[in-house]
Amino acid sequence: MNKLLNAFEDRSEKLLSIYFSAGYPELDDTGKIMMALQAGGADMIEVGIPFSDPVADGPTIQNSNKIALDNGITLKKILAQVAEVQKKIRIPVILMGYLNPIYQYGMEKFCLYCQKAGVSGLIIPDLPVQEYKNEYESLFQKHHLANIFLITPQTSEARIREIDRLSNSFIYMVSSASTTGARKGLSTDQIDYFKRVGGMNLKSPLMIGFGISDHQSFTLATKYADGAIIGSAFINVLKNSDNLEENIVAYVRSVKGN
Amino acid sequence: MIDQNTDYNVAPNGFYGHFGGSYIPEMLYPNVEELRQNYMEILSDKSFQDSFYKLLKDYVGRPTPLYLAERLSERIGAKIYLKREDLSHTGAHKINNTIGQILLARRLGKTRIIAETGAGQHGVATATVCALMGMECTVYMGSLDISRQRPNVERMKILGAEVRAAESGNKTLKDATNEAMRHWINNPVDTHYIIGSVVGPHPYPDMVARFQSVISEEMKWQLMESEDRDYPDTIVACLGGGSNAAGAFYHYFDDARVKLITVEASGKGVDSGYSAATTALGKPGILHGSKTLLMQTDDGQVVEPYSISAGLDYPGIGPLHAHLHESGRASFHNVTDNEAMQACITLSRLEGIIPAIESAHALAILEKLEFSKEEVVVVNLSGRGDKDLETIINWGGY
Repeated sequence: MNKLLNAFEDRSEKLLSIYFSAGYPELDDTGKIMMALQAGGADMIEVGIPFSDPVADGPTIQNSNKIALDNGITLKKILAQVAEVQKKIRIPVILMGYLNPIYQYGMEKFCLYCQKAGVSGLIIPDLPVQEYKNEYESLFQKHHLANIFLITPQTSEARIREIDRLSNSFIYMVSSASTTGARKGLSTDQIDYFKRVGGMNLKSPLMIGFGISDHQSFTLATKYADGAIIGSAFINVLKNSDNLEENIVAYVRSVKGN
Repeated sequence: MIDQNTDYNVAPNGFYGHFGGSYIPEMLYPNVEELRQNYMEILSDKSFQDSFYKLLKDYVGRPTPLYLAERLSERIGAKIYLKREDLSHTGAHKINNTIGQILLARRLGKTRIIAETGAGQHGVATATVCALMGMECTVYMGSLDISRQRPNVERMKILGAEVRAAESGNKTLKDATNEAMRHWINNPVDTHYIIGSVVGPHPYPDMVARFQSVISEEMKWQLMESEDRDYPDTIVACLGGGSNAAGAFYHYFDDARVKLITVEASGKGVDSGYSAATTALGKPGILHGSKTLLMQTDDGQVVEPYSISAGLDYPGIGPLHAHLHESGRASFHNVTDNEAMQACITLSRLEGIIPAIESAHALAILEKLEFSKEEVVVVNLSGRGDKDLETIINWGGY
């Protein structure tokens, strides 16, 4: 968790977090992709835990989930893959996935092995806020794992404030009412929403995700937040890649404008 | 519809014992929360109830008969009544729920409706009420189901609904549900999602059970008329997601005199790898917004179910049923494709009623259980077999 807190220390620098599905495109690519993301200048890595029924995801991530599962990825393997490269990874690592695979693995064991693998935070979109508060908050804290909550344009102000209180790292600001997926541009409605949340003086940093794909959308979104998150657009880079390391480094650099 | 039972009704936190809850991504939270905050008030409203019961009577054709099946009774050696949901408009109990939910959607100011469907019965029931209310209707259906349930696809289109194919996963009910949820995430403001069974995040399981509870509500006075007591000894219902079972059991949850029996689809056999017998094969897990019993791998990936009956082809059961299972209040059985098909033919020959293959699963268990001669057994005949003709013809054993 400390790595994650440190990442936001200098709030003038805009952070880029990149999501990919573990075990995609090939089963053992996870560590290689993490290394390349770091080399390219990503500030954070979100390792996706594939699930058979990803209801909040659009076609791109559905597809990478499916291929990863067909490749034989499991949560146990993901934890081992992340642990294997942890000594070489300086930037914060977040695991993101739906609740059921974690629930089957066992939440306590999962948190313990996340800590051992150097994971800083968790994004579990279908873990209800109330259940986190009642059942898991102390467990997460014991293992120094930040729980990262999502908000959307429909999230009420009162709920955003509650989420802000419960957050010990950043808030994941979903850019529009939608499933994940790269799309073109950000609308004025979205900008208004970013401004509205930005004006709430929350204690938690804000990272904008969903619909961010390139330097232009990254730059625009991060005018209103501490950073932005790219998922589907990066999966497409992996999908079309003939040389993972080179293509990943080039992509990350292009987004950050370096 | 608004009666409160005790141990088997949903708790204020949305749970039935250890099961239920509302495990949804934040994108769905405002929609589901809006429903949760409003549904009981709307359901309790006198004018809502008047509209609901009037449509059930004049449009659906309720009450559905409680028919004493004498020849079947003789064969089984018990007093077998059939609750004739198959005689409802559109051919199954599904319309009780869609009538209720569309009235509710209108109260919430929604203008568009989405639904998922497996066999197409819920899709047809949804398309029907959307036509009735002049609302735009989009139904998600797995592309495999589209190809094996063609008549229902065409029925939906005739009724003016758009049928969208779900191409992910096994391209069946689970995948159609995923797509409907994604649609709702992308259209949160003007759209209501009519879930077809007692599944999904709270308050759906409770809301759907309440709309279906009309089945046991009628059973009570119908039994009083025919048996001079308002309860049977046993109620039998098939179980996919569990909406017809929930409706048939609803007013008897707390009546210990009444045995509750559910019948799941074991497909080609419980251990064949081609089964939908969730309580036999499942473990607690989280899918489509609730914690329930779920067929899954050790890694928590959902296993694709199989049954000859598309309406029972779902990897989970409603959280209410997971609770009935854990508490022992209901007993859970399963029958194979073949046993269900035989029971379908038996009822057709003995009573002149061709049941839906789903309902035939409930009938099939009669052949396997012991009853006493005077025992009053109600089988919820949840749907009619018209939609299944092609499946029955392909099976060919008649």
